[in-house]
Amino acid sequence: MAAVTPLLMTQGLSRSFGGLKAVDGVDFAITEGEIRAIIGPNGAGKTTFVSLVCGRIQPSSGKVFLDGRDISRMPAHRRVRAGIAYTFQITSIFPNLTVFDNVALAAQRHLLDEKASRFSTHALQRQSMEALEKVGLISHAGKRAKNLSYGHQRLLEVAMGLALRPRLLILDEPTQGLSDGEIEGFIGLVREISSSASTVLLIEHNMDVVMALATRITVMEQGRILAEGTPEEIRASEEVQQAYLGSAA
Amino acid sequence: MKGVNARALWLHLAVLAGFFALNFLLPEYHRGIFSRVMVLAVFALGYNVAFGYTGLLSLGHAMFFSAGLYGAGLTIYHLDWGVWPAFGAGLVAGVALAVVVGFLALRTTGVAFMIVTLMFAQVFYLTTLYFTTYTRGEEGLVLPQASRVLPLPGVEVSLTDPAARYMTALALLAIVLLALLVLVRSSFGRALVAIRENEERMRMLGYDVFTNKLAAVAVSGLACAAAGAAYAVLFGYVGSGFASIQYSILPLLWVLLGGAATTLGPIIGTLFMFYVVDTTSSYTSAYMLVVGLALILLVLYFPKGIVGTVRERWLPWLP
Repeated sequence: MAAVTPLLMTQGLSRSFGGLKAVDGVDFAITEGEIRAIIGPNGAGKTTFVSLVCGRIQPSSGKVFLDGRDISRMPAHRRVRAGIAYTFQITSIFPNLTVFDNVALAAQRHLLDEKASRFSTHALQRQSMEALEKVGLISHAGKRAKNLSYGHQRLLEVAMGLALRPRLLILDEPTQGLSDGEIEGFIGLVREISSSASTVLLIEHNMDVVMALATRITVMEQGRILAEGTPEEIRASEEVQQAYLGSAA
Repeated sequence: MKGVNARALWLHLAVLAGFFALNFLLPEYHRGIFSRVMVLAVFALGYNVAFGYTGLLSLGHAMFFSAGLYGAGLTIYHLDWGVWPAFGAGLVAGVALAVVVGFLALRTTGVAFMIVTLMFAQVFYLTTLYFTTYTRGEEGLVLPQASRVLPLPGVEVSLTDPAARYMTALALLAIVLLALLVLVRSSFGRALVAIRENEERMRMLGYDVFTNKLAAVAVSGLACAAAGAAYAVLFGYVGSGFASIQYSILPLLWVLLGGAATTLGPIIGTLFMFYVVDTTSSYTSAYMLVVGLALILLVLYFPKGIVGTVRERWLPWLP
């Protein structure tokens, strides 16, 4: 496994809030094309960890590498442009803008950065509609985002992530608050995203979703990585069952 | 004019054509008021870039207006500069000040941003008083008529002539209005609105929020300085009063009245407010009471301002 440079790697990544070590010396690596799920009990440091990765908060110590390049000191907006997209745990959209404009803002950023092709309204239109089509919101394009149902707002957030054409898409509890039918559709969507070039890092509580999607699973507890492996390995691990599922199982 | 829809463009051209026609229709007194309103409307348009579109509530924009005013006025009065270079000096002074103040003030947000901009503007105001030897403070400087001549290709226009003054003010208004129309429909303009709506989300879409805000303050400062510099050369008076807190609050009121984040709102708001003051002050010395009442009623019943309400209820395509 030494030959391949991981897409994203962290070394001794830590963050304390006062006396609490929310993330404590995490060494983590994800290779291109994976769908990685991070699971763990509430307060295990999952969201803090991905926030450190995408630069929303600064680490107390440790390093983050993208393609082997140290990006620890890069501000969040430049990390996004380097290919790390983050979708918020608590839905964060532009409620007063139309669904199309929400996605177009993401596509616009990506298009402005492409030096080869000049920015054009046509390309903006096409890429935004593509992203909306993937999540199935194309018929809502003209609506104001605040008038969408909660589930659709979650999907809009994913569409914004997609329109950035990221190399690593971080989804923070994307299925929270979705209906069973919506979750079904969401699983298909993530499979499609992953097959078309993006690597996916998923924080998820719903174990059915995790087992259906993840190629590998990382288990966190109290700011540390407790275990890591394929879904089968994790399911079989006694350590994980004790920490996460309770010892009864 | 990519990105600007044809209807909006025609509407703006029609408004400008209307102002052009009024030069020949208005009685002398009202033509004078309109000249002044057009220059101050440019001030309001500039303020709207920061406040309306980007959501930066500044209480210090008087300093950008008066940077333009003094930049043009002092160079004409003390250095005998011509109108064009003096106007240029006003613009440079305004933009430079906006970039410096923006760089420092944008480290804060919300109420703190209001206070910091207010303090900077007070410093600017007190500075104009401190250098009374050069500015003559509140009393101000009257620019000599002979220096207020605008050289154009083939003709020298005296800006003391009412028609020339009106047309120069209109030209400035037209340039700034159309430039802002293009700006707010550009990718930059859309980014500013989105920053106003959800700053954190914009950062996580890869936008450099600070730089975009700083650029907005610079553009805003440029337009306000253009208004100030034009005011100096058109009306020939430069005084500290324009740097006082009153001139930071007025553009806020004009924009709120007309409609924040609308291109035509600031013009309507400035015109409306000017006439409310003008009309009521001819009846009573307590005219500010009436103005205050009018403002309260407007905010109660038209919280989005005049043009903002029109856009919301009838014409959603208004930029």
